Amino acid sequence: MPKTLFDKIWDAHTVTPLDDGDTLILIDRIFLHERTGAVALESLAEAGRTVRNAENVFCTMDHIVDTLPGRSDITLMPSGTDFIRSTRRAARAAGITLFDLDDPRQGIVHVVSPEQGIALPGLTLVCPDSHTCTLGGLGALAWGVGSTESEHALATQTLRINKPRNLRVRCEGLLPAGVTAKDLILHLIGRYGASGGAGCVVEFAGPAIEALEVEARLTLCNMAVEFSAFTGIVAPDAKTEAYVRGRPYAPAAEHWDAAVTHWRTLHSDADAVFDRELVIDCGALSAAVTWGTSPQHSTTVAGCVPDPAAVADDNTRSAMQRALVYMNLQAGQPLRTLPIDAAFIGSCTNSRLSDLRLAADVLRGRKVAAGVKAICVPGSSLVKRAAEAEGLHQVFIDAGFEWRESGCSMCFYAGGEAMGYRQRVISSTNRNFESRQGPETRTHLASPATVAASAVLGRIGEASELLN
Amino acid sequence: MQAFTQHSGIAAPLLRINVDTDAIIPSREMKTVGKRGLAEGLFAGWRYVAQGSREPNPEFVLNQPAYAGASILLSGANFGCGSSREHAVWALVEYGIRCVIAPSFGAIFHNNCIRNGLLPIVLDDAAVKSLATATPLHIDLATRSITTADGRVLPFNIEPAHHLMLLEGLDGIGLTQKSQALIDAHLVRDRAARPWVYRR
Repeated sequence: MPKTLFDKIWDAHTVTPLDDGDTLILIDRIFLHERTGAVALESLAEAGRTVRNAENVFCTMDHIVDTLPGRSDITLMPSGTDFIRSTRRAARAAGITLFDLDDPRQGIVHVVSPEQGIALPGLTLVCPDSHTCTLGGLGALAWGVGSTESEHALATQTLRINKPRNLRVRCEGLLPAGVTAKDLILHLIGRYGASGGAGCVVEFAGPAIEALEVEARLTLCNMAVEFSAFTGIVAPDAKTEAYVRGRPYAPAAEHWDAAVTHWRTLHSDADAVFDRELVIDCGALSAAVTWGTSPQHSTTVAGCVPDPAAVADDNTRSAMQRALVYMNLQAGQPLRTLPIDAAFIGSCTNSRLSDLRLAADVLRGRKVAAGVKAICVPGSSLVKRAAEAEGLHQVFIDAGFEWRESGCSMCFYAGGEAMGYRQRVISSTNRNFESRQGPETRTHLASPATVAASAVLGRIGEASELLN
Repeated sequence: MQAFTQHSGIAAPLLRINVDTDAIIPSREMKTVGKRGLAEGLFAGWRYVAQGSREPNPEFVLNQPAYAGASILLSGANFGCGSSREHAVWALVEYGIRCVIAPSFGAIFHNNCIRNGLLPIVLDDAAVKSLATATPLHIDLATRSITTADGRVLPFNIEPAHHLMLLEGLDGIGLTQKSQALIDAHLVRDRAARPWVYRR
């Protein structure tokens, strides 16, 4: 019987169907971070349980840690130190691998995981973090879980799951020059809604996906959760193999050929049946930006704030009306006329070396507009060092950006450092929810190139306005 | 885990789509490593007049006298989307919410509900809205039905696994450990088939 990519990974990880309709699925890797990891490990220990296979469990410090130079356990976030220290204590007690604050491999969990070769094609990986779906970009079946589910995976190496459905998003054509994976996923969510992928594993396929580099596929899959998908996934290919080869936790040399042979079976069969299919004409896309308070409130940078009155559905319309008030916008306003207070490049969505290069290409020889606070936070300590080795940090600094230590930083406001009250921020992150980046902060999501261009222009704008 | 069998209570309408877990419990309100002390931060961005303030915003539904003591929440599609923070469920439960009724839920949030004795009921949008004027509600999980104050009975569906887990307050880990022999056998087969996955 023909199978989808997801079916193949699911079947290989099926321990047993359960009487209650769920399936017991083997979990190959578990990743934790200091925001939600400590509570899972502590709760497990309180119940008298242990981590069943510590060699496949990893933890990093990313969510709470400061990103200012000279950082330590003492955080700007009140009580952040407790999260860091209790995670360190619990990780040591459990015997799992910890990428601590002073570890050169420290960074954002979903940046570190592919970078270290911990996430691999065909593996199952869970983490108490919704953006674990990022790792689908490598062909892993990876998804976010809660703390209790994390405990379950830690204690048993399995999870009890009701099998999600198969949805394929066929990305036809090729993305035009300067249009990125971020623009593609914002377009998809804008078009089909923030619950458009509910209950499904979304396989991104087609020529536009094959043309994407692995880091761009990670960006694409990162926002599958904003589409309410169970997760996103891309079939591994030669680019994936080249990406994985030689990474610290990648298959050992004696197993490499067997691993690659297996990975080459990981694609949807030609006649595989999907429960749903969507088609996107990628050649018609352009730079995207959000205007509202849900990732589904997206449009093109060249576009205008939409008019709720033109929307038939009551629920969608009232959400749009609330978003306009929160964002202080009027229907019909061109996005390109909106002045910005701040620009942020970072997060598990867009903080990898390729993202920083794209932003630097826009910033080189230019200056951030007066009055705009601009911050770049590399996704991992290794990304930071690699960027510095090729001089990218100097491009950011010369343009007027702050150049930070690695971490999640102001992707979200945890009570410490924040974007200002009601400030308008253009951000390469993944969530534009109310007060996500600071008290009543107005977030516009976009690609790193669009963020960089907007920082220079002092208003929302796209790179082509500067580069052409 | 607290079992869910039957529950009667006031249902508060928060009829917005895409209520995300950042709205349910903002990150800034997650101040301690544990699972408790979260109720005060529930819906903090909407519930209080300003950030950092604890002065109730009279416009927010849970602050209105008619919904004092509400233990059921009615909401729009995709409730609990966004961050995986289980704190959203812990905060709802600590506040006293036992059941959320919405047209759909964020997947991780939905799972977190099941693991904490909070019943997520899926009903279509019109049915959810019809409950807003028919509170208090009586919910019977065994028969999978909601009885409204005006005597209507609305059936609902729930996955058999979730039904059982909530009704009996089961501990998933304990349940899975009964399959330990099957897990061990799978691991032996898998190690032979995918040796590169195993680091020792």
